Amino acid sequence: MKDKIAIQVDDLTVAYNYKPVLWDIDLRVPEGVLMAIVGPNGAGKSTLIKAILAIIKPIAGSIAIYGKPYEEQRKMVAYVPQKGSVDWDFPTTALDVVMMGTYGSLGWIKRPGQKEKKAALEALEKVGMLSFKNRQISQLSGGQQQRVFLARALVQEASIYFMDEPFQGVDATTEIAIINILKELRKAGKTVVVVHHDLQTVPEYFDWVTFLNVKKIATGPVKEIFNDDNLTKTYGINYKVAINQ
Amino acid sequence: MTSPQIEIQIIACIVAIACAIPGVFLVLRKMALISDAISHSILPGIVLGFFLTHDLNSPWLILLAAITGVITVVLVEAIQKTGLVKEDTAIGLVFPVLFSIGVILIAKNANDVHLDVDAVLLGELAFAPFDRWLVAGADLGPKSLWVMGTILLITLVLLFLFFKELKVSTFDAGLSSALGISPIVMHYGLMSVSSVTVVGAFDAVGAILVVALMIAPAATAYLLTSDLKKMIYLSVGFGVFSAIAGYWVAHWLDASISGSMTTVLGLVFLAVYLFAPDKGLISVMYRQRQQRTEVSLLTFLLHLNNHSEENERHINHLQEHINWQKVRSRTVLDLALKNNMIEIEDNVVSLTSKGKEFTDLALEYIITNKDEKIEFMKDDFFLFRG
Repeated sequence: MKDKIAIQVDDLTVAYNYKPVLWDIDLRVPEGVLMAIVGPNGAGKSTLIKAILAIIKPIAGSIAIYGKPYEEQRKMVAYVPQKGSVDWDFPTTALDVVMMGTYGSLGWIKRPGQKEKKAALEALEKVGMLSFKNRQISQLSGGQQQRVFLARALVQEASIYFMDEPFQGVDATTEIAIINILKELRKAGKTVVVVHHDLQTVPEYFDWVTFLNVKKIATGPVKEIFNDDNLTKTYGINYKVAINQ
Repeated sequence: MTSPQIEIQIIACIVAIACAIPGVFLVLRKMALISDAISHSILPGIVLGFFLTHDLNSPWLILLAAITGVITVVLVEAIQKTGLVKEDTAIGLVFPVLFSIGVILIAKNANDVHLDVDAVLLGELAFAPFDRWLVAGADLGPKSLWVMGTILLITLVLLFLFFKELKVSTFDAGLSSALGISPIVMHYGLMSVSSVTVVGAFDAVGAILVVALMIAPAATAYLLTSDLKKMIYLSVGFGVFSAIAGYWVAHWLDASISGSMTTVLGLVFLAVYLFAPDKGLISVMYRQRQQRTEVSLLTFLLHLNNHSEENERHINHLQEHINWQKVRSRTVLDLALKNNMIEIEDNVVSLTSKGKEFTDLALEYIITNKDEKIEFMKDDFFLFRG
């Protein structure tokens, strides 16, 4: 076990119209892990992230980022929403979208300047999208859009990264490029939490995993808990997957 | 031009600018219909405000009516949140009720007040110069000029201060919230500014036509640019142009000024919709035609690539084989010849080395979908542009 706890969730319950989507979740995510959240559709994976980021108000429970409420720790956290959650026809460029990542540290009213622009360009370079910096975002392919979103998170220079299905609708090359960047982040001591769908790649990509289906089924190192027993508990059916260790 | 004429045009321009700015964000947030709802449901606010102040330009009336506008938004969202009806239904439920309360209030009390539904809905810009602001006998100009000027100034200051916040909360509410820029605050801020603008402008152009001034310039600009700042400048430009052009159209036709302004707005949108360079109808149709030809060309080249036997490449055989009509075959053949991709010898068509290279690249692109491989071909061929 690693010692420092990056994210701590206690007794978290979230409900939409009185129907619980997350029920009494306790979760401790140690610093420096690359963690997948897996579970069937409607298991509350995105909701868990949104609740941690205070985008959704829980009806019970508390959340701490390095021991303090999220509102005090915003600058330590970067967030990549689902690609489908925004309108890609919005009149703006790839560079401008990445610049949005700097808005949090700027605070209200202050405008981004040269320093922010330089950081955004560096982030674009890291995800291999520098040559597309002035491209209108609707002119980008799905994989390129996802890279732009990743660059926007990188520019936040956070300690914890939350990503909601970053591999959805991207080709294999982009998937590898993204996972390599995420692994680099982990190497640099960052904590990365990813909502993930492809169970086959969990052992290969991640070192930590949380099984979720409204309630928390299990959480811990992939090597110890990524097994048929937990998969069956989470998905309700005997879920055979190839685990290459 | 007489001085009232100049004043009318100045007021029209200020109204147009003040409407165009919130309009851009309403259009981008897909909330155009909300502005329509606000424009109607402020009626009870205006009526109540008028009973209290007896002055259509009083700041209290504007504030009161603007609050009705915000209440509209709150009610629409509350109904929508029940999950029983969709947003458009919720809008359709809320604003007629509020509007009709206003109509009843006017009908019950219209005997002793100078206010009627037509005036609120249609406005009359021509009268604006006659309602002047007099302070200790000194004429400071038309009241509506001061009212709309103030509203415009506030809008500009807010836009300047909160441009980045408006942008991020409009584009990505989730990120905005996570960054600590509350999308709810921005939403209600925008709704308040829109409500105040609608109330301030109804006197000049009428509550209904305000909607045209908010939505049409933004929708027109949206077709022309992919840059938010440019979209705002263009919207303002279209608004001002339509305001002045509309005034003179009304002058020639001896018709309603606000009606003419809105008609000009509609015509400007139509023209841009037809002729816009990228998103315009004509350019889209042209591009589709080009693409069809290019796909045909590619099919043709692939066919040549796949068949070495001469009978498959005979010029007459091609026509019946690929199943194209004469004209189409001719176009494709000409295009291929013009680009030196094929050569014809004794009516047998074969690929040139350039044609072979092109076909291979195109094939690779179709299979791998890798953009960088064909980057250099993009200028010549529509097919490969994004």
